[in-house]
Formats: sequence, structure tokens, C-alpha cells
Amino acid sequence: MKIWPIFKKEMLLYFTSPVAYVVFTIFLLIVGYFFYSIFAFFTVASMQAAMNPAMGRDLNVTDGVMRPLFSEERKSGTIELLLTYPVRDGAVLVAKYLAALTLYALMLFLTLLYPAIVAYFARLELGPLVTGYLGLVLMGGAFLAVGVLASSLTENQIVAAVSTFGVLLLFWIIGWSADNAGGVLGKVLAHLSIIDHYDGFAKGVIDTRDLIYYVNFIALALFLTLRSLESRRWNG
Amino acid sequence: MIEVRNLTKHYGPIAAINNVSFGVERGEVVGFLGPNGAGKSTTMRILSCFMPASSGSAKVAGYDVFSQSMEVRRRIGYLPENVPLYSDMRVAPYLDFVAEVKGIGRSERRRRVAEVMDRCLIADVQNRLIGRLSKGYRQRVGIAQAIVSDPEVLILDEPTLGLDPKQITEIRSLIKSLAGRHTVILSTHILPEVSMVCSAGRAVLPDGARPSPGGGPTRRGQRRDRPDPGRAARRAAGDERRRRDVRGGGPAEPRREVGDLPARGRPEVDAARTAA
Repeated sequence: MKIWPIFKKEMLLYFTSPVAYVVFTIFLLIVGYFFYSIFAFFTVASMQAAMNPAMGRDLNVTDGVMRPLFSEERKSGTIELLLTYPVRDGAVLVAKYLAALTLYALMLFLTLLYPAIVAYFARLELGPLVTGYLGLVLMGGAFLAVGVLASSLTENQIVAAVSTFGVLLLFWIIGWSADNAGGVLGKVLAHLSIIDHYDGFAKGVIDTRDLIYYVNFIALALFLTLRSLESRRWNG
Repeated sequence: MIEVRNLTKHYGPIAAINNVSFGVERGEVVGFLGPNGAGKSTTMRILSCFMPASSGSAKVAGYDVFSQSMEVRRRIGYLPENVPLYSDMRVAPYLDFVAEVKGIGRSERRRRVAEVMDRCLIADVQNRLIGRLSKGYRQRVGIAQAIVSDPEVLILDEPTLGLDPKQITEIRSLIKSLAGRHTVILSTHILPEVSMVCSAGRAVLPDGARPSPGGGPTRRGQRRDRPDPGRAARRAAGDERRRRDVRGGGPAEPRREVGDLPARGRPEVDAARTAA
């Protein structure tokens, strides 16, 4: 499997184009603002409170990360070269997904600055911090997987971005109707919610149900992406 | 080296190529001649394993492009028509990436990339962003990525498209220099180019390249619906004549025959190309 060279190329493209810098700057700016306002207004020295809204920002920022994935390659035609190199579609997909995930993880790594500031003034609970970040990686991974899928379906970046946003928003708010539906349906809806599964991580709990949810979510989206990549070989 | 039998490709109801057959021997440089919309790019995309044919078979270096696609892909270098390159990458790292993906080891890679940049005369722009290069340089970077792994077969789709006369001459002599070492199949709609570049001026004409009686554009899809008993005979005669034209003389002679070929292919395709 030639994942490494393609992974390297993706990372190179993130950093030679303005993508990485713009995304990092905006992300840190917004996280910084949230961090400040939460501490200033609520005077709660709790990372749990600071990390919850971090999720809202992911939704916007992951869009910038996943954009160069497949839509761009389809639009510029580079996909035609990439897919005629002796590399399996699966390797291309995994390399691209891992590159996007790595960039996202780097972004999260930079936000460690804020807990560090808290730790300077107060005692920081390490447990919830670690699980919180684990949860953010998993949830961001799920967001990115949807982004990869959407970008593999269309060469139009706006279509890709809007459909990613729509799908994620739906998974975000699907839990709201759980109470109304009640019964088994309500349970199913509540379980589908992409956000409810994060709560445990923010509190410092690693629940296998949440882990399995995110892993399944990512696996399903990547599987569909692989099918969509292969579909060009179906319509002979 | 390349063996194509009864290749047909449909895009929905439209047949892009219909029953194309030809063969290319090792070390030959063969021109793939036809007007725009004749199915040259489609054939090349099939040969390069980017998409499958609707029916028929194609073998490159003895491997089937569909069932043994990985083996084929290891042995080809491909340059698509619009030269798609990563505009945010620099030339040398880009070529290094291509070589790595094609499975060339680290030390070997450095040597190959340097050599290929020398051959394609792009060493002076190796640290420039590809997106900032002129069309001629981009084209040469495209050819460089195709030959960087020293593949047995090169598939070049309109390698001189959109270049100025000086660049065209440069690209042509570059391709000529590849003969013998590589088997090259290149597409063009310029007849003289075939005799200038290709070994013995040999050209393969896809189905759509057949001159239509009025010289005007034809649509294969429509024509198939009308059975015409005299057509086979006319086609054979026409093929024979063109073979003479293309194989026959030196550069001067085919030039006169350009008028015989339809100047335009499908109008809608031409219009789209012009707009683009």
C-alpha cells in the first residue's frame, strides 16, 4: 500500500497553499474568543465548559480542511493522473483521510495553549482534558469522513460544502426530536445524534458505546466514499 | 505492445468510440489522428486504466487494462489532455512525489528526477510553483511526470495543444527523442505532426476520424441507424487511401492532404473547447 507518498503530498499541499494557515488562524481566533468569553462571563475555571462550544467551531472549520480532498482533484483533473498511478483507490482514500485528520489534530494541538493558561492559574484536572480531546478527535474524524464522502461525489466545492454542512447539522439536531418521538424511535434518534455521544468524553468518561458510534460512523462514510470512487469503473 | 480489439465506449446513448482496433509495436511512436471529438481522449483514458470500455478489449504490455489494471499502470506514463498538475506544488517535489507513487526507491528517485528535469528542460524552474509556470513549461512538467518512472509505454494526449510554434517544435523533438526507449502513443488533430514525430509517419485513425462525404461533421450515433450497403466498400477504399497518405511520403506530402480531413469534429465539442 502506497499510503505514505500520497499522505506526504497532501500535507505538502496544505502547507504550500494558504489552506493550513488560514484554517489555523481562524480556528485559533475563534477558540480564543470562546475561551475568553466563557471565563470572563461565567468565571468558571472549567475546561469542560470551554471545550463544549469547541464543537460548534469544528463544523465550520473541518469544511476548510476537507475541501482539497476530492472535489479539487476532480475539478482540476488531477484525479485522472492520481487514479492512473499504480495505487489502489483505497490507499488514495486512506492517505487523504489521514492527512485531513492529521491537520485537524494539529489544529487541536495548538489549542492546548488555553488549558496551559488555565493550569498556570488553577489546578487543572487532567482526566477530563485528555478524554475531552479524544472526543474532539473522534467527532472531528466523523465530520471529516462526511466531508470526504461529499467531496468524492461532486467536483463542485460549494455543493460538497453545503451537503457536508447539511448532513452534519442534521446529525447534530436529530436528537431534539427524540423526546417528542418517545419509545424505541426516540431511543434510536437519540443514539444517532452526533453530539450526544460527545457528552461523556467532556465529562471524562470513555464509554464504549460512544467510541463504537464514532468508529462506525467514520467507517461507514469511508466505505461509501470508496464505493463512490470505484463507481467510475461501473458504468462501462 | 499495445493491442486494442473492437473497443467501444458509450457515454449514455452516445458512442464515443465504436469498434476501434489497432496494434502498436515495441519502440514505435504512433500518432493517434482525428478531429476533435473523434474519441482520441476516450481511447487513451481506457488505455491508461482511468475508465473501462463498454465492450472490446485492450492490452498494454501484455496485460489487460481492466482485469490487470495494476500491472498496466506500473508500465505506463500518461499525460491527460489538459495537463492536470497540482498548481500549489513546486516542480521538483512534484516529480519526486510522482516517482515515489510509482514505486521508485529514494536514492534512485533523486537521480531520476534530476535526469528527467534535464531531458525536459525544466531544471531551471524546479523550485517554482507549478501554477505560476507558462503553458509550455507546464506541458513539459506533464511529460516529465509521465517519463519519470521510465515506463515501457507512454500515452500522451495532445502534447502540443495550446503551445506557441517554438514550444511545439521543442515538445516534438523531445517526443522524438523518446522513440526506441519507450513505446509512445500520442494523439493529435494536426496531420503533419504525425509525419514529423512518429516513426515512419505511422498513424492510427479512430472511427470518428473518417472523412464524411461532404467534409462536414458527422455523428456516428446517427449514422449507425441508417444501414448503407455501399458503406463498407467506401470505408475500405477510404482507409486504404488514408493509409497511403499518412504512411506514404515525407513531411511535405501529407501536408497537402490536410484539406481532405474534416476541419471540425462535433460542433458542440468545438464550441465547448473554444469557450474553455
